[in-house]
Formats: sequence, structure tokens, C-alpha cells
Amino acid sequence: MSTLLTVKDLRVQFPTRTGVVDAVRGVSFTLGRERLGIVGESGSGKSQTGRAIMGLTPPHAKITAETLNFDGIDLLKVSAAERRSLRGNRIAMILQDPKYSLNPVMSIGRQIVETLRTHERVSRSEARKRALDMLAAVQIRDPERVYDLHPHEVSGGMGQRAMIAMMLITGPELLIADEPTSALDVTVQLDVLAILDNLVRDRGMGLIFISHDLRLVSSFCDRVIVMYAGHIVEEIAARDLHNAKHSYTQGLLNCMPKIGADTHPLPILDRKPEWAA
Amino acid sequence: MTISLSKALVIDKLEVVFDRFRALRGVSLDVMPGESFGLVGESGSGKSTLLRAVAGLAPTTGGSITVNGKLLGKSRTKAFYREVQMVFQDPYGSLHPRQTVDRLLLEPLAVHGFTDIEKRILRALDEVGLGASFRFRYSHQLSGGQRQRVAIARALILEPSILLLDEPTSALDASVQAEVLNLLEQIRRDRKLTFLMVSHDLAVVTHMCDRLMVMQNGAEVERLSAADLAARKVTQAYTRNLLVASDGFVRPDIPAV
Repeated sequence: MSTLLTVKDLRVQFPTRTGVVDAVRGVSFTLGRERLGIVGESGSGKSQTGRAIMGLTPPHAKITAETLNFDGIDLLKVSAAERRSLRGNRIAMILQDPKYSLNPVMSIGRQIVETLRTHERVSRSEARKRALDMLAAVQIRDPERVYDLHPHEVSGGMGQRAMIAMMLITGPELLIADEPTSALDVTVQLDVLAILDNLVRDRGMGLIFISHDLRLVSSFCDRVIVMYAGHIVEEIAARDLHNAKHSYTQGLLNCMPKIGADTHPLPILDRKPEWAA
Repeated sequence: MTISLSKALVIDKLEVVFDRFRALRGVSLDVMPGESFGLVGESGSGKSTLLRAVAGLAPTTGGSITVNGKLLGKSRTKAFYREVQMVFQDPYGSLHPRQTVDRLLLEPLAVHGFTDIEKRILRALDEVGLGASFRFRYSHQLSGGQRQRVAIARALILEPSILLLDEPTSALDASVQAEVLNLLEQIRRDRKLTFLMVSHDLAVVTHMCDRLMVMQNGAEVERLSAADLAARKVTQAYTRNLLVASDGFVRPDIPAV
């Protein structure tokens, strides 16, 4: 399997009034054309890892890495303009809540066309046609109607499909999905995941799926990275997750209530200081 | 009515209409004292509206609510709020950002004219596992789990008999969720409280509740016991779909092209 992304010793630091906060502390992994899950609690650095790859870290933060290589391009050395041409084109990102991540004053169709025309020279009518095709590809039943709707006029699930359509219209090779289904209902969640799954498989993309939901990630991804306090504590094949070795991963799995398992009280995660070491 | 006297909460054919939208379409349920009852459904199913209607936060247009044998009218009395308290979903939004924990806990006591304020605040903090050191902090100095503990302490400080819980753990990490769920269970045991709990998470509801109701489009789909749900003895397709969905993603077998 060819390697699409190589991350070695990635660190993200935020200077604050009370000292430097180490959000990501030496994360290393490689990604091919596969589905990689990154799981962790809030504050574990999983989102900051994704944002650093995408180039969305706030300017006052300090990013260092031994290697941050996307298909032969050193992401830390390239100019801002080159980075911009990658972002949304060859690397795309789906954010958590379509209510906040879509432009509220622009129709859905225009937003998708804007993304496409930023990266490719296509005529208006061609762009419109491709946007409509993409909306159909994310299983929106009536693309012509949804094209002219504004984000507040559609449901969460529909908004997230529009977001996926917008991100995939340029045919990216790497897709970073940061909690793409957390704001959605369980049943809608699975529909959106199925669409994502099909597109990733058909187009041979690499996918980084960032989530706090261990169960969801293990059922969706090939490989899972578990993060705690800014670094990786365990990397494991998704199907072996129930045999996780690290006590943090086990603790996370055990503390979730399960239908049919009658454990009262629920086991509590006993945080060990050496996990953060 | 002699039957409803023995019940903690009886809701009969409750209707809620917002403008012209019928959010609740004649929902009925009854909860025994000390019981924990769960409401499950997707967003827009009316589960939170039902809870808010009981608390007096949603406009009811029909049906009745009876709490501990007393029929509720249009407005809620002070005595009602000593009986029934609510814990909201988002602990980041439900605590006043410019009030200390002490001030937050003092307010309900002052409203209801309690005199042993000092003792009660310390006991409430102790009960939710926070301790006196948290008393003069602001909510931004607390983590999500700690905030939700403060919200629970605020609800408990008036010693209610019924607690309305609107997705009390959905904004929290799984590990913190376990701690808060354990705390709620322990409080219910110790104080013999009645819970009416809303959640979109079937696993959480079956863990916490004895009986539950599945809702969709403002109406009841199915009422069943947690044991039946665990044994997958469900009669409605909608409930079955929810059960399948809560198992996680299943990749359809597609032959390689």
C-alpha cells in the first residue's frame, strides 16, 4: 500500500498567559488509502492533530515535526499559497456541525460551486452540473431543490451531506473528518457514514476519522489510534479493539453502558499518571 | 382519583403546540414513586418537550399532568418546584457564567426561604462529590463533568422527590458520563427519588431506567421495560431500527468489482 501521509513526531504548542500548553506531543503515524480512526476524550489533541495536517492551526500556535509529508510534499516547508491550493483540493476536511460550518448567507449550491471554482477552471454551467451530480452522489433525493436552499432550511443530516458533497467535489486524496456525525441522530449517523464509506472506497481516498466514540470508530475504520494527553497510547486494528492492551483503551471501552450488560455501578476510568508520560 | 395518588407522575393525553406545530400529540405515561422512567427518540420526537411541559417550560394546550396526586394548572407554584427539579443537557449553558458555585446554590435556597443555608450548600457539594473547595469557583474554572455535578447539586438542594433529566450526559466524554451516571444512580437509591430521563442513547437509558418509552413525531411508538429491550423483545420496526443503529456501523458486503 502506497503511503499518502507520513507524520513523525508532530507537536503543537499554544503559548498562553500561564505558560505553554502542549496540545499535541509527538504524534507519529502513516496513512495509506485506508480508513484510520483517531479516538480520544476532549483535550486529548485529536482535533489539533487533524487541524495541523490540514493547516488550520491558529497562527500563534507553534507546530514542529520531524516529518509532515503529504505525497512527497513537505507540509511545513511549503508556502502559504501552495498550502492553500492543497487545502480543499487534495486535502479536505469535514467538520462536526453543519449548523456552524456552512455559510449561513449563501445557498448550498453556491457554496459547493465556490469550492469547485476556487480550485478548478470550469464554466458556471459545468460547475452547476457537477455540484448537482455531487449532491445526488451523497443521496440527496432532489438536488435541484436543495441546490437553492440555505443551510438553515435543511436538517442536520442533509446539511452534513451537503458538507460532504462540498468537500468531495474536488476529488481530494486525503479526507479528514472531525466528528462528522456527532451532531446527528443515531439513525441519520449511519446513513451519513454509509455515504462516506462508499465514496471513500470508490474514489480510493485516505480517510482520517476523528471521534470520541470508540464504538463507532471501531465499526467503521480499519485501524484506530487512541490518544491521551496529546500523544498516542495505542495503535490497534479496529477488529482487535476488544482485545486492546493499553489500560486506558480498556477503561474507555468498559465505562460505556451496553444494552443487556447489567453492570451497576459502571466501572470508572482510573486515570494513571504514567499514561500522560 | 385514588389510582393517581399512589403515582409520582401521571401524564394524560398531553398536547403541546408551538405556533401551528404539534410537538406533542396526546402522550400519556405514568411513573411510580422511586421509579426511573426513560424517554428515547430522535431529535424532534418531542421527548424534551414532554419534560419541559412537566417543568412548566412548554405551553400545554391539552391533557393533564398530575404530580404526587396534585393536578397541575397553567402556572406552577413554589411548592411544585420544591417537588420537581430539572437538570439540563448542556452544563456550559445552564450555569450562570458570572456567579460562583456558592451563589448558584444559594439562589434556590433563598427563593424558598431556607435558613440553614451554610449547612445545605456544604452538604449538597459533598453529596455530588465536589467538596467545599469548589464552593467559590466560577463555572469556567470547572470541567464539563464538574459543571454537571454542580447542576445536579443545584437540583438536589431543595430536596425534590422528582428529578427531570434532559440528556444529562450527552455533552460529556464517555469516562465522565460513567461517573455522572453512577452519581445519579446512587442519589436515586439514597434519596428514593423518581427520575424521568430523556436520552437519545438507548444504552444509557436501558442502564438507568426500569421502563422506557420510544417516541417519534411527538407521539408514543412503543412502551417497554429495559429488560425487554435488552432481550430485543421489541414490537415496532422503529425501535428495532434504533437498536440496530446503536450497535454501530455495519459495512454492507459488496463484492469487489
